[in-house]
Amino acid sequence: MYCGVAEMTEDYTIHEYDVVIIGAGGAGLRAAIEATREGASVAVICKSMLGKAHTVMAEGGAAAALANKDPRDSWQTHFRDTMKGGKYLNDWRMAEIHAKESPDRIRELEQWGAIFDRTPEGLTNQRNFGGHTYPRLAHIGDATGLELIRTLQERGIHTGMEVFMEYTVRHIFKSDGRVSGCFAYNRVDGSLHVFKAKTTILATGGITRCWAVCSGSWEYTGEGHALAYWVGAEMGDMEFVQFHPTGMIWPPSVRGILVTEGVRGEGGMLTNSEGERFMFNYVPEMYLDEFADTKAEAMDWVNSIVADETPTARRPPELLTRDVVAKAINSEREAGRASEHGGAYLDISWRPEEQVKKKLPGMYHQFMELAAVDITKEPMEVGPTAHYVMGGVKVDPVTQESTVPGLYAAGEAATGLHGANRLGGNSLSDLITFGKRAGQHAAETAAGIEGYADIDATEIARVISETLAPLSREGGENPAKVVEDLRDMMQEKVGIIRQGNQLQEALVDLESFRVREALTSPGGTRIYNPGWHQALEIGAMIDISKMCALAALAREESRGGHTRLDFPTPDHSHWGKINSVITMEASGEMVLNHVKYPPIPDNLKGLLDADDLHEGE
Amino acid sequence: MTEDVTFRVFRGEPDEEGVPTGEMVDYTVEMDEGMVVLDVIHRIQAEHAPDMACRWNCKAGKCGSCSAEVNGKPRLMCMTRMEDIMEETPEETPVVVKPMQAFPLTKDLVTDLQWAYDLNKKIPRLKGPEEMDWKFDQVEADRIQEFRSCIECMLCVNTCHVMREHQMFEEFAGPRFFVRLANLEMHPKDEDNRLEMIKDDFGLGYCNITRCCTEVCPAGINITDNAIIPLKERVVTEYYDPITIVAKKLGLRN
Repeated sequence: MYCGVAEMTEDYTIHEYDVVIIGAGGAGLRAAIEATREGASVAVICKSMLGKAHTVMAEGGAAAALANKDPRDSWQTHFRDTMKGGKYLNDWRMAEIHAKESPDRIRELEQWGAIFDRTPEGLTNQRNFGGHTYPRLAHIGDATGLELIRTLQERGIHTGMEVFMEYTVRHIFKSDGRVSGCFAYNRVDGSLHVFKAKTTILATGGITRCWAVCSGSWEYTGEGHALAYWVGAEMGDMEFVQFHPTGMIWPPSVRGILVTEGVRGEGGMLTNSEGERFMFNYVPEMYLDEFADTKAEAMDWVNSIVADETPTARRPPELLTRDVVAKAINSEREAGRASEHGGAYLDISWRPEEQVKKKLPGMYHQFMELAAVDITKEPMEVGPTAHYVMGGVKVDPVTQESTVPGLYAAGEAATGLHGANRLGGNSLSDLITFGKRAGQHAAETAAGIEGYADIDATEIARVISETLAPLSREGGENPAKVVEDLRDMMQEKVGIIRQGNQLQEALVDLESFRVREALTSPGGTRIYNPGWHQALEIGAMIDISKMCALAALAREESRGGHTRLDFPTPDHSHWGKINSVITMEASGEMVLNHVKYPPIPDNLKGLLDADDLHEGE
Repeated sequence: MTEDVTFRVFRGEPDEEGVPTGEMVDYTVEMDEGMVVLDVIHRIQAEHAPDMACRWNCKAGKCGSCSAEVNGKPRLMCMTRMEDIMEETPEETPVVVKPMQAFPLTKDLVTDLQWAYDLNKKIPRLKGPEEMDWKFDQVEADRIQEFRSCIECMLCVNTCHVMREHQMFEEFAGPRFFVRLANLEMHPKDEDNRLEMIKDDFGLGYCNITRCCTEVCPAGINITDNAIIPLKERVVTEYYDPITIVAKKLGLRN
């Protein structure tokens, strides 16, 4: 490394790496392991400390057709389930790669130290989840994300990757049309850094901190999405935000914290204030054949699962896809049948205490310690929480390269695999499948590039000046207040159920947040100053919120993670066949278009349910 | 149920020699039902002190970032309910929040944990068979899954007197890393032997089993009984057991 001096005489350090990876969650670490294996020098830049990324919060499991638990499973069925769950807006090429490669990605994790729960035969056990035809999720109790990140961390630290912990990337540079590096500041000491890179991977996760009720960690402010957009990448499917049906709702301070779908996979039942198992009333037509229509049949299925037998009955409707269950809980509330604090009851207490504690230890502790509820004895109260964004950087399905040369994206930061709605468990397997591919291809490309491109000094000076600006402002608002209001606005106007006029209002409101953002004054110094850090996050939050509102306003139908009160049904003939794409014009204006994926080949089409495809409509 | 609560929080930075320098500052904010300590800290940041340093991530007890000492006891701020804190705090007395005391101070409630990352790199990784689809039973998994539930909050290290009182960060790996080492040593497919390192480089002998680490572990890992004592037993068997020594001399054991 060496030093540079920007025009306003602020010192900064210059680093050079073949591959720079932004983000140290599952996708970032998996990419780093692969890129170092290819021989690249690798820097991993992360906002938190290593091992603390949002991946750690994942609970239920990682989906892969290992067929350890049910021999009928195969990549073909996993492919079909993923496409159906995504309401056919997925990039089928990614869904195919994911279904085929995820089993080996799981097996290799085990060789790196992951200890998944076992089958009676001693193999990796697999759990049932919404939308998956067979038990498919490798898991360790309800702490699979921790297992994934710790395993990758323990593998990664021996590969030679350099980790820059508690650094925030503010800007990605382009030189001669290629991404040439990025600018970051160190959150701990406020020092400034330019990373020159031959290739750059965004593994920055999601955006759900833009909503007041969410399951995301503080990191989920969406800078990764914004960085890609600002450097000119195409952003796809930004209207599709997954509201997980079961977040905690009481007490208020824990609102949004995730309650794993594993509860329902283990036989948890959803009821309303009248004690009715309401999910039987919400089975969509496309799933009618696959779900139980009586309580007795649902119970048969659960009994088989508990007894470790292959079920012959159809599954309980609680295991419908997340979009369906979240909307059902919302509808029950609208109809006046909500639980005491405005959600639904989720009950697993009918199973023996020791089984609940073994299968769902995290949930037991979470409710005991945060809500004083003993889930082995009484039902939980749950409601929808903003959980995942299906939209993100549009990438090449094979290489994960974005539309800007030299910039790659993997995991939640990328789009394509999940279409309009992600199946539970497909996120963790997404991270390792496409994290590996991104790492491999970014390293291969870097190997063919000689030396590092020059980065425009005036651009560096401008970014430094923008980064330090909040510290010299006085008398403005506390950035925390602006963020709180932004999140409340998004919850109200771009939430789980949307309407045209509210989306239009949101777009207007967002411009007023831009004015407020420019005036915030956090005070304090450059040393570990959360107020300053937060002031710098708001710009990204505004731009990604705008992407979401803009794409949601255009899509005049309801599908997966996008529901319009004014257009309540899916429109298969038009909207069901096209995906949104957002780009920034040279003028700085945000522009929305719609495109189609290439036609799906017949051999893969044959795996899908013909009735769902609405061909010729 | 809204009432006011006063927090007395450490605000400061290390001086040039690294000695924490600062003061305890009182902040009073309103408290809502069901709040945890971290919620109150966030409210103080939002209403009084945006630049107050505090680490956190998940706010759900899964990442182990928000370790601090609340009323003198090491805990995760996100999993400590205000209801319990108010019960233990005498009336008219502020709730005292300080950073972990065993680690070098960065600022306010944030400490420098670089030591942990450097030490982790010295532990040789898992060495198992090349072929995929390892077979082992749930009973074997159970034993190490307990260790896998560690969230690296470092509260155990902060509490251990070998670290806290004697600052033996060079000689002693501390409870967290004995949990990690026990995980590797007890892995049903691991083929490596790290006992010599555990004895010499990681200083297992310094632990005199006071069980303070186990008491503060928010993941409920029985660190002393399930990780440290079995490792001590293995070291004793390998290096100090007279029969083993004779057997080794006679070439009956490696």
